[in-house]
Amino acid sequence: MKDVILSYIKKEYLDEDDADDMTLDEHTPLISSGIVDSFSMVSLKRFLEKKYDVKLPDEEATPQAFDTVTTIIELVNRHLAKKGA
Amino acid sequence: MAYPAAVRDAWQAELAGIREKGIYKEERFIHSPQAARIRVEFPSGSELKDVVNLCANNYLGLSSHPEVIAAAHKALDERGYGMSSVRFICGTQDLHRTLEQKLTEFLGTEDTILFPSCLDANAGVFEAVLGPDDVMISDRLVHASIVDGIRLAAKAMHDTYKHCDMAHLEEKLQEHQDKRIRLVITDGVFSMDGDFAPLDEIVALAEKYNALVFLDDSHASGFIGKTGRGVHEHFGVMGKIDIITTTLGKALGGASGGCVSGRKEIVELCRQRARPYLFSNAVPPPIAASAIKVLEILSATTERRDKLEVNAKFWRQGLIDAGFVIREGESPIVPVMLFNAKLAQDVARDLYYEGIYVVGFFFPVVAAGQARIRTQLSADHDIPMLARALEAFKKVGAKHGILGLDKKGIIAKYGQ
Repeated sequence: MKDVILSYIKKEYLDEDDADDMTLDEHTPLISSGIVDSFSMVSLKRFLEKKYDVKLPDEEATPQAFDTVTTIIELVNRHLAKKGA
Repeated sequence: MAYPAAVRDAWQAELAGIREKGIYKEERFIHSPQAARIRVEFPSGSELKDVVNLCANNYLGLSSHPEVIAAAHKALDERGYGMSSVRFICGTQDLHRTLEQKLTEFLGTEDTILFPSCLDANAGVFEAVLGPDDVMISDRLVHASIVDGIRLAAKAMHDTYKHCDMAHLEEKLQEHQDKRIRLVITDGVFSMDGDFAPLDEIVALAEKYNALVFLDDSHASGFIGKTGRGVHEHFGVMGKIDIITTTLGKALGGASGGCVSGRKEIVELCRQRARPYLFSNAVPPPIAASAIKVLEILSATTERRDKLEVNAKFWRQGLIDAGFVIREGESPIVPVMLFNAKLAQDVARDLYYEGIYVVGFFFPVVAAGQARIRTQLSADHDIPMLARALEAFKKVGAKHGILGLDKKGIIAKYGQ
């Protein structure tokens, strides 16, 4: 899941010249660092919902929950578990 | 009166936080009319200083133009000061109708509706016309007022594309083919970078994927394009933009007021539903009359926009020759890139001591690590004035050792 999300973020949010001089991993702050602005976060949310066939409620899709790939994975897994339960 | 100490303390702590981050905004008091040369009190209480203004949106130098002032005086005498009403109750004079007609003609659209400001136009238009089956696809660097307007139109879906990236926009248009309306949303000239949206390409994509186009031309109306009609004139797509919003608060007189101009039905729906139009006062008569005068001046001659173009070319080339890193482009918005927030503030402060009024911009106004000084040209500047301003820039640039350094060099020296 980590690599899929990282690769989407690179493609969706980084310009080619940014991608060259930036290391992006699962701990990199995305929103608080300005890589992803909170307004553009919606496409990432839609991507996750489609890719993992899960609904992420708006009230949980906060800038904090989307700030690193690690927190994003936690959010998605929590909802996948609920769905499976 | 309940204003608990705990609430006061909490807000004071927030203000202290803003100060600590170095992003506290202070006003500078101008003791003269808005112009290329102004008399400024800064910091508050200090002696007045005559400076060259390189940060106003007074692109055509019409803010204090004698004919514009005379038109305001005349309207003040003949039609009064304010309307004490929103437009649809008893706030519409013939002046408003005339101004709307003149804007329609100037922008090459079907109809126009005035708003108290362009911020209000942007806040009202999306909610007025879009519903749950629609999608707004906006450039990631559109103005904050558009972001607010999109948020208010919460029933419609929204998505964004990378700044001026047409391949990315095309992907998004393909992705949203199931929607009733796809509305592509862009600024004409981006206010922080001074670059143009590739409007000809946007229109071509909109035609290919059956989408509408929204353009905020606030930093273009009056001076971009051969006769100053805007970015749509520049790219040869006049008549193909479905919604144009623009302001009377920049080149077109600089007072206040804005509009939505475009397809008849969109304008009519705004008259029925746009909340800032329905619940805020009409543009005051002196401002409406002056804006009519501005459009008359601009329709009679392109002299001012031509002079602005010459000034902008001279300034851009001068900065490049001096060894500054600028955002290249053609507009009279010329950002001098410094990348580091403190450096941007220090350079702005030193320029003020040299008689040049500019402001440093940094995160969150621009992206992190992209701090800059945004310079803006006016038809009120002249070449000798700009040549002196360039000397001041060179002196301050040399003091900070940044002349001739590229982006990597400046970041190596000062950090990002």
